[in-house]
Amino acid sequence: MKRLLGGLLLALGLPVAALQITDDRGVLVTWAQPPQRIVSLLPSLSETVCELGRCQHIVGVDRYSNYPASLRKLPQLGGGLDPNIELIVALKPDVVLMAKSSRAGDRLEALGLKVVALEPKSHKDVQRVMFKLGQLLEVPDTARIWRAIDAGVSAAAQSLPASVRGVKVYFEVNPGPYAASESSFIGETLARLGVQNIVPARLGPFPKLNPEYIVRANPDLIMIGQRSADGLMSRPGWQGMRALREQRVCIFPAEEADVLVRPGPRMAEAARLMARCLEAKATRALAGDRP
Amino acid sequence: MKQPRVAWLVLLGVLLALSLAALGICVGSAGFENLLQPLLNPALDPEQTAMAQQIVWEIRLPRTLGAWAAGALLGLAGAVAQGLFRNPLADPYLLGSASGAALGVALALAALGGAAGMLGGGNMMNSGVAVSVFSSSVWVRLGLTGAAFFGAVFAVLLTLVLSRGVGHTLRLLLAGVVVGVVLGALTQLVLLFSPDSLQAMQAFMLGSTAFVGWTSCVLMAGVWCLCVLAAWLLARVLDGLSLGDATAISLGLPVAPMRAALVAVLALATGTAVAQTGLIAFVGLAAPHLVRSIVKTTHGHLMLLSSLVGGVLLMAADTLARSLIAPQELPVGVLTAVLGGGYLLWLMHRGTARTGSPA
Repeated sequence: MKRLLGGLLLALGLPVAALQITDDRGVLVTWAQPPQRIVSLLPSLSETVCELGRCQHIVGVDRYSNYPASLRKLPQLGGGLDPNIELIVALKPDVVLMAKSSRAGDRLEALGLKVVALEPKSHKDVQRVMFKLGQLLEVPDTARIWRAIDAGVSAAAQSLPASVRGVKVYFEVNPGPYAASESSFIGETLARLGVQNIVPARLGPFPKLNPEYIVRANPDLIMIGQRSADGLMSRPGWQGMRALREQRVCIFPAEEADVLVRPGPRMAEAARLMARCLEAKATRALAGDRP
Repeated sequence: MKQPRVAWLVLLGVLLALSLAALGICVGSAGFENLLQPLLNPALDPEQTAMAQQIVWEIRLPRTLGAWAAGALLGLAGAVAQGLFRNPLADPYLLGSASGAALGVALALAALGGAAGMLGGGNMMNSGVAVSVFSSSVWVRLGLTGAAFFGAVFAVLLTLVLSRGVGHTLRLLLAGVVVGVVLGALTQLVLLFSPDSLQAMQAFMLGSTAFVGWTSCVLMAGVWCLCVLAAWLLARVLDGLSLGDATAISLGLPVAPMRAALVAVLALATGTAVAQTGLIAFVGLAAPHLVRSIVKTTHGHLMLLSSLVGGVLLMAADTLARSLIAPQELPVGVLTAVLGGGYLLWLMHRGTARTGSPA
């Protein structure tokens, strides 16, 4: 009976249980069946699709999507902000995933492509984006995958000894110097690890600081990517900082820095990297001078 | 109207600079705070004094004095350019020399930094010489300054070749604009291909004194002394040139070699300032105009005064940039562009209103 009804509806040209997604721009996008050819123009979205087990459906990525390794063999379609429209159209994707901030969305839609703009900025966003993509790609166990990631972050926090709680941390994202504040994605992970961020939320997620602010806040530990770490020691006034004098600096190589700064499914790995850093640099050394 | 004496103006410039320096020491990430108090009375609160010493001596003093030196270099470069090209619109920017200097810095970083972003390899703690725009190692600073100098010389020469000499004002400025745009685009291209230095360079291109340490400060001050001395010795030729090439030659001045020397002074001053603080707009243009609006004098005095005014302008802008949204910071280059641009518009408007033609 059901099949008969379905056949009848098909014959009438009515959509059967069409797939619908409202993206972060508030645009409602509809598909007749789950998209088979995906273009992703944001590394964290590429990683999420792969985490959901749909990596094989990705046919093209932006130049910064470098994980998992299989994505590097795919056609590169420019950057998220300057995507190569022609190349994208030529790939005939069923859906283009991109950041809300990209201006290419309207152009691609005008060319008849379906665009889903998603902007993961916080832990909550990562979850929301993952469920949205799970719904779009009809992944049955999205909730389980999310729970595993979330549990990974909690486990990283629990692995840390109590002495790490309250350690003052400075996380530099870019030698501007731009810092990751409490309100950033990175700051949320640090908060879950139980450490204190020297940059308060009221300054916005990634404020450009006066370097003197960092010297004054005198963090116990500095986390920084290899790309920005050059000349850290020779910045005016920094030699005197306790964290640098006592070598409590974690310099993350480029691949690890990618993990840390991307609000995506590797946030548990990011938490583990930070926990490893805290354990190596902030436990024993600080035990002595803390009451 | 009697012109104020140049000596008094010099004194005024120095006094302004000194009081701004005192203010600059008290303005930082916490907004305004009186740090002179704990510095002068160490007995009151030893801990506070130690902190104040570190902050003032290692951070605020070098960057405040560095801002003065960079402004002084740009002011001098502006005065030299305007005299040399007999053009009130000439400045390190419009002639493309600042863009050339930035290109030099970007090329040096890309070549030396390469994929690793380091000379000496390994991690930072192993005292390898880190090559970064913000490094304060003497050799890195000297190297970047050299690269900026050659970039600036190249840009000025290119501008002169394209404009076929300094005779035609409009052609000179157009050539300068073209060179500036093309070299700026080349800089962007170089940065695009060396993503490791991209982020640091972006901050640098907006102009910043945030990481000026003693090395940069002393380097700029040294070059400033050299440039002022050279400019003072060459000032006669500018006075002569202001009457036209023929007059200058008939006065027995060795015009060609002195011109070349002035181009070198212009490039050295611009290159040194750009290599330490990045692109800071309009100081070089505004300073000589400000001086000329107060006093009419010979080129020697004009250059000295422009230099002092440039120093005071940039120092004031830097103090503002630090305090407006503390503990965050505005890029000082953005601030000087807004303030300097506004000042020039006002100057033009005033000139038009009074004489019916732009000043």
